[in-house]
Amino acid sequence: MLEVRGIDVFYGDVQVIWDLSFSVSEGEVVALIGANGAGKSTTLKTISGILSPRKGTITFNGEDILKIKPYRLIEMGIAHVPEGRRLFVEMTVEENLDMGSLRGTARKERQRNKEMVYSIFPRLKERSRQLAGTLSGGEQQMLAIGRGLMSMPRLIMFDEPSLGLAPILVKEIFAVIENIRKEGVTVLIVEQNVKQTLSVADRAYVLETGKMVLEGTGKELMDNEHVKTAFLGV
Amino acid sequence: MSVQIEIFLQTLIAGLLLGGLYALIGIGMTLIMGVMKIINLAHGELMMVAMYIAYWLFVLFHIDPYVSVLIATPVMFFMGVAIQKYLINPVMKVESILPENQVILTVGIGMVLSNMATIFFTSDYRSTPVDYASNAFYLSDYWRDSPIELSLSIPWTVSFILAVIITVSLWFFLTKTDTGKSIRATAQDKDAALMMGVNVERMRVVTFGLGAALVGAAGCLFIPIYYLYPALGGKFTLIAFVITILGGLGSTIGAIIGGLILGIFESMTATYVGMGWAPVGRFVIFIAALIFLPGGVAAILRRHKLGK
Ligand SMILES: Nc1ncnc2c1ncn2[C@@H]1O[C@H](COP(=O)(O)OP(=O)(O)O)[C@@H](O)[C@H]1O
Ligand SMILES: [Mg+2]
Repeated sequence: MLEVRGIDVFYGDVQVIWDLSFSVSEGEVVALIGANGAGKSTTLKTISGILSPRKGTITFNGEDILKIKPYRLIEMGIAHVPEGRRLFVEMTVEENLDMGSLRGTARKERQRNKEMVYSIFPRLKERSRQLAGTLSGGEQQMLAIGRGLMSMPRLIMFDEPSLGLAPILVKEIFAVIENIRKEGVTVLIVEQNVKQTLSVADRAYVLETGKMVLEGTGKELMDNEHVKTAFLGV
Repeated sequence: MSVQIEIFLQTLIAGLLLGGLYALIGIGMTLIMGVMKIINLAHGELMMVAMYIAYWLFVLFHIDPYVSVLIATPVMFFMGVAIQKYLINPVMKVESILPENQVILTVGIGMVLSNMATIFFTSDYRSTPVDYASNAFYLSDYWRDSPIELSLSIPWTVSFILAVIITVSLWFFLTKTDTGKSIRATAQDKDAALMMGVNVERMRVVTFGLGAALVGAAGCLFIPIYYLYPALGGKFTLIAFVITILGGLGSTIGAIIGGLILGIFESMTATYVGMGWAPVGRFVIFIAALIFLPGGVAAILRRHKLGK
């Protein structure tokens, strides 16, 4: 479904991604793990067109998405739930959900999808008229996920969805991600919470300073010595 | 005593009416500021252009300035679109040019506009002598035994009401339509807006057009009650700038409140200090806002709404 081939990504003159390749197949949950600053967020931002690679290709269902205007990607079925949530803090919860469904079929199905998001996260329904900036951290993450789902994605990319949340909320968020995949949506997830992530991921890639160093199934990596010492604190 | 109250109330009303028009000017600038992160220092000059349009429509075709709103506003919209698309956008794309210098470009646009107006129309003062120019409502006509007498100039009142109507329509546009929400989203977080499928570049163009249209409408509302001359643009750019600072950069509600405060303050200064002192009052409020109200009115509103 998603094919990233040999991309180099720069911030100005500084290269942060080196010849990176990986793929995600339809229906999979794939994780990108790696230490802070490894280039995970940069990779996701490149897929969603906020950054452009200097080299390499990215295709989605065979289509070269580097040639497509970034604002059209969501219509093709790629949703990005970014690091730090990036909500529109001075807009209401409901308006944030509206922003997730600006184009195509998602626009027509807005009302129905809103009800769907509210049924997953009843707390958002109670707070639908509240400004997003006034929500708690957990509620903000729910809203960010809900906003991503509003676009009826085929591939949804999560960037550290559990960051800064209490353990009980982390569990809730992971349960929701499991459900999203059960609905047939493909998931690409970036996480610091390696243990929990590897337990839901079919496959995972390990990034180190912008280079791919390991790949394998979630279980293989869980048992990998390098992963154990570097991320699992064993 | 009742004379004192009469003067005070009359001054307050005049300030409120002026403030409503100021708000319209300020909203245009603050919208542009929010979405593009640059101050449009050609804002007043755009208003001057709209005023000349209304002026010539009046002189040549006897079209009432209030009707000209319907003509000048779309013309200014497209002019704003063209300025953003063909002048500002190419400059914004060059990373080596600092945002400060993009602002200088708007200063240049303003200078070109006012110089062109001088060349084509000379620097003469002009006005549109509409036949209702000096008509007014009097309180005593409605309340015979009123202890005080107040008057409400008809053109000022009509201009104010139209400014309110335009502002309310804009509010509906920004809160109820997808394009309006996309504009606000772009101002708040342009990368997140892009991820949501907002064509950010188009929003910039639309917003500049909208800002120009709003200040253009304000120009048409001003001309029945004001003199027009090419250098008037610079003065109103300054006014818009003060309102934007006072209201908080990028805040629409802030600009409305800021416009009203400035209008009332100027009117009070003119009555109680002296006619020529209004610009000084404007300057005082500008400095006071910078020192005592960083972030402007919007910062206060935000503290209350976001509980921070
Ligand atoms: N906006 C930016 N400008 C310059 N460098 C950046 C920027 N964002 C991230 N970087 C750098 O790129 C590298 C990768 O960052 P990032 O992709 O955010 O890592 P991760 O998400 O894996 O923690 C880091 O060295 C970081 O300092
Ligand atoms: Mg990151």
